[in-house]
Amino acid sequence: MPGNNPAMLLSAPILGSDCIIFDLEDSVSLNQKDSARLLVKHAIETLDFGSVEVVVRINPVSSQGWKQDLREIVPVYPDAIMIPKACKEDVEEIERFILEIEEEKQLTKKVKLMIIVETAYGIETIVETLRCSRRIECVLLGAEDLTTDLGIKRTKEGYEIDYARAKVAMAARAFSVQAMDTPFTDVEDTEGLVKDTLHAKSLGFSAKACIHPNQIDAIHAVFDPTQSEIDSAIEILEERDRALSSGLGVFSIHGKMIDLPVIQRAQNIVDLARKTGKLK
Amino acid sequence: MKIEKPAQAGTLESNDIYVQILPNPKEEIEIRLKSVVMLQFGKQIRQVAMQTLNEKGITSCILNLEDKGALDYTIKARIESAVERSLC
Amino acid sequence: MKNALGRDVPGHPYLGLQPIERIEYKQIKSLKEDRKDKVHYDLESFIKTLPLEDKMTLSFHHHLRNGDFVMNQVMAEVAKSGVKNLTICASSIFPTHAPLVSLIEQKTITKIIASYISGPVADAISEGKLEDVCLLQTHGYRATSIMSDETSIDIAFIAAPACSPEGNITGSMGPSGCGVLGYAIADAWYAKRVVAVTDFLVDVLVPEIPACCVDDVVKVDRIGDPDGIVSGTTKITRDPVGLRIAKSTAELMKATGLLKNGFTFQTGAGGISLAVAKEIHALCLNENIKGKFASGGITSYLVKMLEDGVFEELYDVQCFELDAVESIKRNPNHHKMSAAKYADIHDPDNIVNQLDFVILGATEIDLDFNVNVTTGSDGRIMGGSGGHADTAYGAKFAIIVSKLVSSRISVVVDQVTTITTPGGTVDVLVTDRGIAIHPRHQALIDHLKATTNLPIVEIQTLYQRALALTGIPEKTQNLGRIVALSQYRDGTILDVIRQIDTAE
Repeated sequence: MPGNNPAMLLSAPILGSDCIIFDLEDSVSLNQKDSARLLVKHAIETLDFGSVEVVVRINPVSSQGWKQDLREIVPVYPDAIMIPKACKEDVEEIERFILEIEEEKQLTKKVKLMIIVETAYGIETIVETLRCSRRIECVLLGAEDLTTDLGIKRTKEGYEIDYARAKVAMAARAFSVQAMDTPFTDVEDTEGLVKDTLHAKSLGFSAKACIHPNQIDAIHAVFDPTQSEIDSAIEILEERDRALSSGLGVFSIHGKMIDLPVIQRAQNIVDLARKTGKLK
Repeated sequence: MKIEKPAQAGTLESNDIYVQILPNPKEEIEIRLKSVVMLQFGKQIRQVAMQTLNEKGITSCILNLEDKGALDYTIKARIESAVERSLC
Repeated sequence: MKNALGRDVPGHPYLGLQPIERIEYKQIKSLKEDRKDKVHYDLESFIKTLPLEDKMTLSFHHHLRNGDFVMNQVMAEVAKSGVKNLTICASSIFPTHAPLVSLIEQKTITKIIASYISGPVADAISEGKLEDVCLLQTHGYRATSIMSDETSIDIAFIAAPACSPEGNITGSMGPSGCGVLGYAIADAWYAKRVVAVTDFLVDVLVPEIPACCVDDVVKVDRIGDPDGIVSGTTKITRDPVGLRIAKSTAELMKATGLLKNGFTFQTGAGGISLAVAKEIHALCLNENIKGKFASGGITSYLVKMLEDGVFEELYDVQCFELDAVESIKRNPNHHKMSAAKYADIHDPDNIVNQLDFVILGATEIDLDFNVNVTTGSDGRIMGGSGGHADTAYGAKFAIIVSKLVSSRISVVVDQVTTITTPGGTVDVLVTDRGIAIHPRHQALIDHLKATTNLPIVEIQTLYQRALALTGIPEKTQNLGRIVALSQYRDGTILDVIRQIDTAE
């Protein structure tokens, strides 16, 4: 959400999203960026966000304000900084500056990074970018800026970004970071949103950015585990508990060996199900 | 520090506060407040404003505030912003 | 004397929820003869013929809402006669009735009885201009008090969208059609003299008010402005926070187990209340639930739900929108009801007693769940119970929906400025930052906590959450003169409203 709007900031913790991105970049006009920065800083310091992850999108390295953004924001312990138009060089410079701030102010927690790949260069060099920093926990595909960069039309069907989506999902998985899909810009079209989200999910995205709170429930419905997924997950965890109590290190269900990643995935599903209320 | 240059920050939207900071020929801090919650929080808003000016080291200014129900953190942020704009 | 809610009040203090006795209403006065020469064509000269006296009580209904011309037109002529100290018993008063302020100032009007007052008249009363204490009643009690002669009306002026020369009145026809005339029924049967004021003389086949009640019919050019019928509050909210509150509310309603075939429902006209209706609409269509009826002030959204089969019937005491006016004409399942049928406390079969759910708003709600919809937190009159206290009493679940904090003002306070509805009749508060259920429903609270993810907390917790955001507000002690009384549906006094200090 735009960082310069106090009424919106106030509602951030209660809209139902898993993560909230306070924007200091594109949705804030040039002559208000200084005010927005201070407002977001004070909001993060004062408001209680509960379990919602707090992320701030700073201005790009090519701009004037990014250093001041970090100087104000990093010390109030946001969960992550989101870097627009990210590439290896930018991420490295930003991380260096963050480190300076953390040392100077003796901060007790290291802030994470989220990168937005939204240029052709960013897409093609995504592997180098992901490799350059261990703070990166998530990649967001920015299709609006990307299609502008390519000089092509952005459509609802999204065929033009199939390659970019696949590339981002693959690279994210390779480096064990989360892949977040680009926002669906028609806020009135819920059916289209669901289709778009399903498609992204099928390619390996496990999150989607939204640009209006009314999109949150529809997106959750797509990513929420189904009842059968939940049932299988419970079965796996129960077997695991049984195996442990009989002193067995490994076990199988229906003839399939169940190893650690499978157990972790089952646990994630059960946690998510509890969180969304499908399981009590 | 004395405010020499006028500056403003914030808006008249709900939950926000419009801040205008001006030099004061009397060389002291003068706060003029209009608020939609004057009865309930007028005193509190003045306190926060004064505290923010003190923290920024401001000793002389006229501070015009038009409040639309902003919470304390918004008031602080907007006043800080106006001060910085005035000083730069 | 301190009443059961701890407020110091004059008159009969509220003693808590008492068992209700059935009472015998007085015999209806001898009915007027059926004459054909009741019609007058000039309001000014007609009023000159009325036996007006000081201290009379004149009554009006508010079905034309903020588009009403009649009360202003009539009172302008009445004032010319020079009578003083009149009591106006109007079911509601709106900003359009601003001309009454000068009549208050010149003491033509010295007392007002109403269920809802907003605009310049409300300000005038709050500022102490009305000589006598104003009585703010519920919709139900207005009917009860007229029928039991507690309020004795000398002349009832009934704005009649369509009226026959004999005096048969209906609200369904005419250029100023307003649908139903529910709040005028008691006036028509019990006032000493009844004057119909109409702009549409026509034969009326199915009168809401029959000619035998009516003494005179006055034809004027226009009785009101149809655009004024839309009250301005009947749009579903688009605010994402309001929509979340509505979703939570629907989830809660489902979890109570009462949202099943045959359920009954009423909702206010506020943005969030309507959003709840929309959620219930979708839920019912999805799960094939058919409600028995929806009631109260009818908006176009409720008409849609009737037409979609979500409800079998609508019971309408006032039309909030022109779609409702149209529906009442066409749809035999859209019924008109009088204020007495709606909410007279002495009728155990009234509509409010049959309600499963009612969705209501609040300016303030306190730690005992008492609700204020009469004054703002500055003590200024901006409304009144209307049907609030009636429906809260009758409904199995009275659910208050509101944002917790709006422009730094918290809806939860430690003590409401004015009690409109006692906490003992309020069941749930749903906000964007948590849900509070009245402690008398402990079993339900335990059940919901165990089986749902609804954010159920104590109301004290919501209060603390609000204070954490806003800071602690200054409280002003108001010791001004009593200008109005908040009267409950059994006639007892819940609270007093004092003159506000207009010095800045």
